Amino acid sequence: MYFLKRILFMVPLLLLISFLSFVLVRIVPGGPFDRERKPASPEIERNLQAKYHLNEPVLRQYWRYLDGIVHGDFGASLKYRNRSVMDIIAQGLPISLSLGAMAFCFAMGTGIPLGFFTAVHKGALGDYLGSFLALLVICIPGLVIGPVLVMLFAIRWRLFPVALWGSPWHAILPTLTLGLYFSGRVARLMHEGMLATLPSEFITTARSKGLGEMAVLIKHAFRIAVLPVVSYSGPMLADLLTGSFIVENLFQIPGIGVFMVNSSLNRDYTMVVGLVLLYAILLLGLNLAVDFVFSLLDPRVRYE
Amino acid sequence: MNKPGNLSPNQRAWRRFCRNRPAAVASLLLAFLVSVVLIWPLFRMPALAPHLPLALTHPPDAISDAQFEPPGHEHWFGTDVHGRDLLSRVCYGARISLLVGLVGAAVSLVIGVLWGAIAGYCGGRWDGVMMRFVDVLYAMPSIIFVIVLLTALNAVLEKLQSGPHALSAAGGRFLQFAGLFAGLGAVSWLTMARIVRGQVLSLRHRAFVDASRVLGASHARIILRHILPNVYGVIIVYLTLTIPSIILYESFLSYLGLGIQAPQASLGSLIASGAEQINSIRIYWWLIVYPGAALALTLLALNFVGDGLRDAWDPRSENRD
Repeated sequence: MYFLKRILFMVPLLLLISFLSFVLVRIVPGGPFDRERKPASPEIERNLQAKYHLNEPVLRQYWRYLDGIVHGDFGASLKYRNRSVMDIIAQGLPISLSLGAMAFCFAMGTGIPLGFFTAVHKGALGDYLGSFLALLVICIPGLVIGPVLVMLFAIRWRLFPVALWGSPWHAILPTLTLGLYFSGRVARLMHEGMLATLPSEFITTARSKGLGEMAVLIKHAFRIAVLPVVSYSGPMLADLLTGSFIVENLFQIPGIGVFMVNSSLNRDYTMVVGLVLLYAILLLGLNLAVDFVFSLLDPRVRYE
Repeated sequence: MNKPGNLSPNQRAWRRFCRNRPAAVASLLLAFLVSVVLIWPLFRMPALAPHLPLALTHPPDAISDAQFEPPGHEHWFGTDVHGRDLLSRVCYGARISLLVGLVGAAVSLVIGVLWGAIAGYCGGRWDGVMMRFVDVLYAMPSIIFVIVLLTALNAVLEKLQSGPHALSAAGGRFLQFAGLFAGLGAVSWLTMARIVRGQVLSLRHRAFVDASRVLGASHARIILRHILPNVYGVIIVYLTLTIPSIILYESFLSYLGLGIQAPQASLGSLIASGAEQINSIRIYWWLIVYPGAALALTLLALNFVGDGLRDAWDPRSENRD
């Protein structure tokens, strides 16, 4: 019941989001045809504007856009005029999704063990090294890691392809570039979660029952300590799945992260609003999923 | 006199911070970086230059024929595509990156603290509306706003510069910087607003707030003089963590060509121009590694300091003293 209400609440939220982004892109000076060759005559320019209804009041334009969405039509891209927004998203999204999912698995697979390990060995040398490593990868932006990986592994040692997308071989360097930052974030959250959980009374209880240390840590502590990671994974997945401009641009991957940036550079407003909506739906849906997982992991959480 | 019992919470937090060794080392490193970046232009003064190694005295914008020279005796960090000395470029870029981080964080601080404090203090319906607005903004990709705002600003500037009342070059550059600061600050205030709002909400019904209200203090005075000083610790902690994220954001914008405009440079734009030079024949690693290392070092120091401050001010660590 609670989750049903949340889903219903998403509808006005999405409406508001689409309205805000539409109005922002349309009222700020500059239009979708600014970066193109000037039309041959003012006549042609007027016709072009009329064709895409750019000469109407913004509210009327928004209404027209909404009307299209209700009928399942997100409009045509104003930059790539023979393709619809739906086409472009349908083509790029699977690529961004798979790259994002791989980076997510990498971040979780390395971050959780690292955070767990450093918290269990708090104060030992391993803790200092591991925690430093986690902070280090947060502080080296993809803008630096990507080119360095390419120079070392692709150009110098020729182990991996320099760019493009296709075989799993192509995916390794982009996945690392995209995932390292997040694995550092996950490791830190996991570390703090464990440190906050270990002094709890239910851990003392489990220990005094005579359980082995590993069983206490994994069966009892981990379940609660991983909650901060779970709640971070919602926004993290939304960021990862909608693609990253830097990674897609560096490795020439045809995902939608590049469109996110280019469409706002071009004021391609149907594209912009479509992508904003996609991101918002992913984020809200994933946050909902996170809360659901929360209630499964932590028996103390109840949603009314 | 100075027994722990007599210290204010802020003093106690400060003591905890100084005892945190990684944070203390990071503060020293940060101080070192900032002073290098500030002192470095002085090396070119005629009085000093002859006594220093030649490598330290290159100006950041002197174009020469020595293209892509690897790091060596004369150019410690090598040279770039225009034969400019990379060491001086990195110092110059680090200065601008730090400036952008500081001012951008200050903008986000003002917006976030005011928004959060007002929402928390008013409570009820206003709080609901203001925080729902924050929720909506959270659900939108901020990069789109920044790009739209910055491209619009650049278009307006271009028009101003070609118009009848042409803007001076310095004026245009100033406006460009101001737009960048405003844009970066405007998208990074959301978390600050949430944190401050939570704190203010828990403070607004305390006895000392009621007391000052009874004494006739205005709402503005209560917020600014009585409530916010109790939130300073949290604000400072979060501010130190906002600076690195704004520096990162700026480097991303520079990669898009929307950040700092050439011939000026930030660490991000240096890395971006290094990434342009990647080819499969020759590796100009120094163009990426040195500015990248400077950026990572700055971010690392800021994050360590921020972490140390957070540990010191965290109420949960109070009894650790």
